[in-house]
Amino acid sequence: MKAKHQRLTLILLALGAVAVSAVLALSGLRDQAAFFYAPSDVAAQGLPLGRAVRLGGMVEAGSVKRAADGVTVHFVVTDGKATTPVTYAGIVPDLFREKSGVVAEGQFQRDGSFVAGNLLAKHDEKYMPPELAGKMHETKTLEQ
Amino acid sequence: MPTLHALANPARFLRIARPLTPILFWAGVALIAVGCWAGLTQTPPDYLQGETVRILYIHVPTAWLGMGGWTGIALSSIALLVWRHPLAAIAARAIAVPGALFAALCLVSGAIWGRPTWGTYWQWDGRLTSMLLLFFVYCAYIALARADAERGGDGRLPALFGIAGTVLLPIIRYSVIWWNTLHQGPSIGLTKSTIAGSILWPLPIMLVGFTCLFGAIVLMRMRTLLASAKSEARMRRMARA
Repeated sequence: MKAKHQRLTLILLALGAVAVSAVLALSGLRDQAAFFYAPSDVAAQGLPLGRAVRLGGMVEAGSVKRAADGVTVHFVVTDGKATTPVTYAGIVPDLFREKSGVVAEGQFQRDGSFVAGNLLAKHDEKYMPPELAGKMHETKTLEQ
Repeated sequence: MPTLHALANPARFLRIARPLTPILFWAGVALIAVGCWAGLTQTPPDYLQGETVRILYIHVPTAWLGMGGWTGIALSSIALLVWRHPLAAIAARAIAVPGALFAALCLVSGAIWGRPTWGTYWQWDGRLTSMLLLFFVYCAYIALARADAERGGDGRLPALFGIAGTVLLPIIRYSVIWWNTLHQGPSIGLTKSTIAGSILWPLPIMLVGFTCLFGAIVLMRMRTLLASAKSEARMRRMARA
């Protein structure tokens, strides 16, 4: 009985160490594991110039403007605290729309704006049928 | 744990596992069939993702079993290290292969969903990368446990690896909360879900169905491993005689 209790204590200690290391990994890797910069990160830390980075946030309502050439899009990314204007030339993903999440890959410019070479749409955790969502967005189906 | 100790006898375990295997297998197949029918024909499309949303009926159960499988390996490892349960090493080895398979299916179904939704099959984002790591850890575990068994080990080394590997489970779970990631935050919590009820309801059917199927695969593999251990022991006895 004694040895078994000793082994149980050791295992519980090991599980505790595993849990602590998970928390340490989650908090310690926070900056390295971040998939994108938010506009307020850039405002706080300065511009990461001269290298390819990702910028993530929400597309500000009413900010999407298509240029006359038909492929260039201008929009503003916001995280509620700061904003960054973005320019992108190319095909936008289907889920790219105002008030929706977006991740842009590209480079910051000296004036604080961002030129994207690639756009990814970020989906949120809400799933609902089109009726529930109101007629806010028309769903794209194969028939259309 | 009286029930677990009762199962320590392999003959008694086999008496229960033999009839339980087909029950779990066919229950799983039937529930998955019902879930697929419901998920493909009875639920509305999502307002943003359209029909792509239906991948969640496969993606969520495979993610659940990919992570649940490692939880099973960890529990078996504890049973082996603390109670020296004679079936624990075989249970852990039996879980590892389907666990790795479901983790891989989770990654593949996620990539298929990611292409139309995000615009990319793969990104080195916190959730995707930590799940890929879990798949690699499964592969390492399978190799280690097989090597240990072939050299006549008692399974303690893979059991330690099984416990150390659990570090990935909270990292996968909280990666989307603590880090900013491309993958969205959790949609399903213990008490509430941000998936509308009309889309959500086939998911529990699929979860139970996939879990039954997983259980049946684990029981089949445990019986195979027990039978091969028995035949090896017999060969050794015959060689000596």
